[in-house]
Amino acid sequence: MGIIPEIPVAEWITAATEGIQEALAPIFTFLRDDFGDFIEVFAEDWLMGVPIWLFILVIAVLAFFATGKKFGLVAFTVLGLWFVANQGLWEELMNTFTLVIFASLISVIIGVPFGIWMAKSKPVESILTPVLDFMQTMPAFVYLIPAVAFFGIGMVPGVFASVIFATPPTVRFTNLGIRQVSGELIEASDAFGTTGAQKLLKVQLPMAKKTIMAGINQTVMLALSMVVIASMIGAKGLGQSVITALQRAQVGPGFVAGFGIVILAIIIDRFTQNLNTQRGDNP
Amino acid sequence: MPVIDVKNLSKIFGKNAKKATKYLDEGLSKEEILKKTGNTVGVNRASFSVEEGEIFVIMGLSGSGKSTLVRLVNRLIEPTEGSVIVDGQDLAKMDQKSLREVRRKKMSMVFQRFALFPHRTIAENAEFGLEVQNIDKEERRKKAAESLEMVGLKDYMHQFPGQLSGGMQQRVGLARALANDPEVLLMDEAFSALDPLIRKDMQDELLELQQSMKKTILFITHDLDEALRIGDRIALMNDGKIVQIGTPEEILINPANDYVERFVEDVDRSKVLTAEHIMKRPETVDIEKHGPRAALERMRKEGLSSIYVTDAKRNLEGYVTADDVSAAVKNDENSLKNILRTEVLQVDKGTPIHDIFAVIHDATVPVAVVEDGKLKGIIVRGAVIAALSGSEVSLNGDHS
Repeated sequence: MGIIPEIPVAEWITAATEGIQEALAPIFTFLRDDFGDFIEVFAEDWLMGVPIWLFILVIAVLAFFATGKKFGLVAFTVLGLWFVANQGLWEELMNTFTLVIFASLISVIIGVPFGIWMAKSKPVESILTPVLDFMQTMPAFVYLIPAVAFFGIGMVPGVFASVIFATPPTVRFTNLGIRQVSGELIEASDAFGTTGAQKLLKVQLPMAKKTIMAGINQTVMLALSMVVIASMIGAKGLGQSVITALQRAQVGPGFVAGFGIVILAIIIDRFTQNLNTQRGDNP
Repeated sequence: MPVIDVKNLSKIFGKNAKKATKYLDEGLSKEEILKKTGNTVGVNRASFSVEEGEIFVIMGLSGSGKSTLVRLVNRLIEPTEGSVIVDGQDLAKMDQKSLREVRRKKMSMVFQRFALFPHRTIAENAEFGLEVQNIDKEERRKKAAESLEMVGLKDYMHQFPGQLSGGMQQRVGLARALANDPEVLLMDEAFSALDPLIRKDMQDELLELQQSMKKTILFITHDLDEALRIGDRIALMNDGKIVQIGTPEEILINPANDYVERFVEDVDRSKVLTAEHIMKRPETVDIEKHGPRAALERMRKEGLSSIYVTDAKRNLEGYVTADDVSAAVKNDENSLKNILRTEVLQVDKGTPIHDIFAVIHDATVPVAVVEDGKLKGIIVRGAVIAALSGSEVSLNGDHS
């Protein structure tokens, strides 16, 4: 073995992380402090400031219209949210909801442009594909380490780790959706003299909408799956209740917190799926 | 001056395409070039020009390069060589911005599978080309509505393409192309995806629209009947090359080579050939100058049992039969006027043989072919049958 010495990969990564940390210190500080404060305000002042009954009512009304005036999701929303509140987990639910919202929003804001870029350029696609594979297959726990190094503990590193883990589906599905638009429609668009931007906005993105939305749905679900993991580095929410229950070997409270996550997951999933309709689709 | 002037336009697919053009110069075939270089010849030195207001049909079987050729004209496919001159500008060499302007204002395209945008309503589809030009919403909607009205779909403005039948969808495709008011319409197998009956309706409708709009149309098809029906001129393509350009008659009567000949063999000639092609020079007598004796003499010489009678300006007056004329001679009459028969079977010069066939069936005298009242020729029953059987000997305009 001695012929080739052990390659110091671990040292390199550590050094690189430290280098990034130093170079981008002002940005990280800003994100940790100001963005962190904003997340806290969003969760504790805004969301928790709304009376529980009003919050449930608003979500129920939205569910009613999102599902095309059916009552299934409405009933589930009302019962589910009432149950969480009844179990004394409302604040945890709001924190988790905040984490998921921010992680998903940032993932989409980053993911869609990358997906478009990937669809427009073959080289970019061949570079990004393995990168996305890497991001998704690397155990999610590993992202917690640089997250803590950059942002300390709390919500911000939780969002950061979730974004890394949850972005790939949006990128992939955006790319796929745009590439799936039929060649003849692209020709039609070109034949009428569209610029690249017009073609993207008037033809490709509207046609890819359904696929992109399916990707976003997956992104939201992945962000939600990071909730428990992120709570290991101090992200508040239902995940924390699960971890606490695990540490104290309390089966009951563990499951109750788990139910809360399941209820949130189902509500978000049905909402994003029901919003995913395309104009001109035959019913 | 032609609206579209295409010169030596070639497309070779694959890497190092420029190198393969050398082999085109040497006259190598598509197969030989594929073997030598691995490149596929899409279009091989096509040259043609389309005049203003003309329907120019490019016709060939699948793989003949016709769809590639039409895409070279508006540069949806980059030409390897050659030029496409429209209004004095070479499309093949212009920058992207000018190319977009040409596509927006001068040339529109209609696609085989309609290529309507499924997420847009019919009105939004029709106004697409105008929207791309950033024309304001009210004006473009007005123009789109006019265009949809032309194709009879104004009531469907707020439907989606998925709710319409194929024929209706293609009308929307046509309306979308017309909304920009382009000089040139490129129609790529525009009617090929429709069932035969609807296809025929659409052809008729296109011809009818063309009467009033007078666009310059480049029409691609694999259907020879369609080409003959709507084309003012036809270019036949085979293996990426244009093998013959001519009017439908020219192509039917004088196929340039075996390929074209095989192609036109199965055509229903009766719908393409007209009275003009099979008529004979008529023997006539002048009603003012000639009396019964002169008429009888002429008929005896030519072996006729009847003869057409005209005035000095060759306006058709009627005909006389041999029996009547000899009776008149016996009675010592001096004029043909008393025995003139005026119930003449007459057809116009442009009448298809198909229609003459029905008329001639129970005719006792040859059918008269007239143009503006003047006698141009006569058709005997035998000529119709000969033309239908494809014997070219009897066809006029055969210069071989």
